[in-house]
Amino acid sequence: MNFTPPDFFPAILEMLTLGMTCLVMLVYLFLDQKNRGITYFLTQITLLGTAVVAISLHGSPEVITFDGSFILNSQAILLKIFILLSVSFVLMYSRTYIRENDILHGEFYLLVLFSVLGMEVLVSAYSFLTLYLGLEIFSLPLYALIALKGNKPVCQEAAIKYFIMGAIASGFLLYGISLIYGACQSFNIHEIISMMSLSIHTEPLLLTLGLVFMSAGALFKLGIAPFHMWVPDVYEGSPNAMTLLIATAPKLAGFALLTHILVEALPVLFPQWQYLLIAVALLSMAVGNIIAIVQDNIKRMLAYSSIANMGYMLLGLIAGTPRGYGAALFYMIIYVVMSLGAFGVITMLSRKGFELEKVDDFKGLNTRNPWLAFMMLLILFSMAGVPPSAGFFAKVGVLEALVKVNIVWLPAVALVFAIIGAYYYLRVVKVMYFDEPLEKTPVILESFDTQLAISINGLAVFFLGLFPTTLIELCQQAFLA
Amino acid sequence: MIEKLIFYVFAALLIGSATMVIVSRQSVRAAFFLIVAFCASAVLWMLLSAEFLALLLIFVYVGAVMTLFMFVVMMLNLDQESLQEKFVRYLPFAVLLVALMVGVLVYAMKPGHLGELGLAISPHPSADYSNTKALGLLLYTHYVYAFELAAVILLIAIVAAIGLTHREKSRNKRQRIDAQLAATKADRLQILQLEAEK
Repeated sequence: MNFTPPDFFPAILEMLTLGMTCLVMLVYLFLDQKNRGITYFLTQITLLGTAVVAISLHGSPEVITFDGSFILNSQAILLKIFILLSVSFVLMYSRTYIRENDILHGEFYLLVLFSVLGMEVLVSAYSFLTLYLGLEIFSLPLYALIALKGNKPVCQEAAIKYFIMGAIASGFLLYGISLIYGACQSFNIHEIISMMSLSIHTEPLLLTLGLVFMSAGALFKLGIAPFHMWVPDVYEGSPNAMTLLIATAPKLAGFALLTHILVEALPVLFPQWQYLLIAVALLSMAVGNIIAIVQDNIKRMLAYSSIANMGYMLLGLIAGTPRGYGAALFYMIIYVVMSLGAFGVITMLSRKGFELEKVDDFKGLNTRNPWLAFMMLLILFSMAGVPPSAGFFAKVGVLEALVKVNIVWLPAVALVFAIIGAYYYLRVVKVMYFDEPLEKTPVILESFDTQLAISINGLAVFFLGLFPTTLIELCQQAFLA
Repeated sequence: MIEKLIFYVFAALLIGSATMVIVSRQSVRAAFFLIVAFCASAVLWMLLSAEFLALLLIFVYVGAVMTLFMFVVMMLNLDQESLQEKFVRYLPFAVLLVALMVGVLVYAMKPGHLGELGLAISPHPSADYSNTKALGLLLYTHYVYAFELAAVILLIAIVAAIGLTHREKSRNKRQRIDAQLAATKADRLQILQLEAEK
């Protein structure tokens, strides 16, 4: 049997991440308690270094390697850059939290790095086998991370819930993969596409069934109604730093999972999955926006807001044009930036023995720390879609893509839900600026990098709203090639 | 002929024991039926001349995983009553869903709908053909990337398991200043009203 070694270079980001993760693991083992900051810095170097390499790779032509199971194109690179950067911000926000709450910091950073590796693998997957492996590599550390805070029954309940729901989602996905394998005799996305173009006239019933199962798995992972029941419970039960993590980068990975299945592997079944997505998008927007109104717990409220936002993201995919896909990607990136900021503020305001959870805990934040309140204001305005914030352009993008393909009723319904949704975001703004604080002590952020990170994050939301063109074009190009 | 007979016997055994896994009342018994199911499917794989996988299933799953699983099941003190109460409550809903699923699947998996190559396997390889060697060649060349990723999953499992069970800190006898400062009179002091002795 002749064997030519595959081209390893396209997988340089994954190899870098894995190599550095192993290095962090070894260094952590030989560190004593005093020098534990080193683990944090090594982790940040890994994330930012890999992100720099990813940026330098951007613009290179599409490569497929490892016998067609790995793809590196502009879409994958763009997603990887944002995954790496967002996890780096997550670590900056949660550093103090991890130290104060006695969470085993070495294991925390290691599991985060492993999760990042899984997301990278998933984003670059070009066969269902690597797709599934990437999904497991990125999910398994997350389950463990939630339970890492030990003695809290709430956290363990959230971890078990997330684990079981994740296992069910994996089961759905695998069953779908097996059905599609039965119809096409291949895991490879490239071979599946060529197989389908050959047998377009045969009845695609088995494929449709596989499609339903696979997209159910992906929708589960993204927390889209009717597979959303775990989202509020897990967000609420997890320690704040873990909520921050699971609410941001995994959404980008989930987006990659959904687009790999629908847009890349099964574009032939577009008429089938368009109806499917219309139904779940409507349900998501309705459930998310309406139930969020009655939430007193800010983590639950943001969880329902994430369900609604995922619904808006789907609108871009429903359009079924490269423009729509690009708009959905842009929406996803902006959502992750916003949710990074919102959960980041929540994590920063939590102290030892005090988990910020209630909307009322934000009372009078303006008098306690005006700059932090202002950053939160920018982020919440953007989530509510107030122009000229980034969230506004993200919503306009997906709605416009739908109007372009002559679907007008769906954007109209989406707008109504967006107006309902504005209420609960603005309620937090009102609480921050016009209510008397519960405690008068000013909030002081100890570390400089945390302050810098939240400032960059809040201002990014603002400036991406003023100058959105570059990022929108990058997202559009990702689907044009 | 004899192969067909073996197939039907063990396929029936597999389905029967798999059903018993979910309907049996005791979890230990369910685990035993799972072992039977594994053995039956190992025989089916043997019929497909996949000896390596068949033996692996017996060695790894029956020999190692299920033994461990039995330990865990025996150590857990499961409350059977409350489990069964919910089982009965959700039964009609579950039966309806399963019937719907089976109906759709049976309709979708009509032979014509499967791809043309679906049922074609090379039944009789030559005498010097080694299943293990063929698998190894494929695994370390064609699927090398996936193989490495599977290894990473094992590494994650080790790190996660250690992280979750290693709770040295909470057992340490060190001073917890925050807990001391947060303590109130009600936590430490209990005032009992004792009846006066007569």
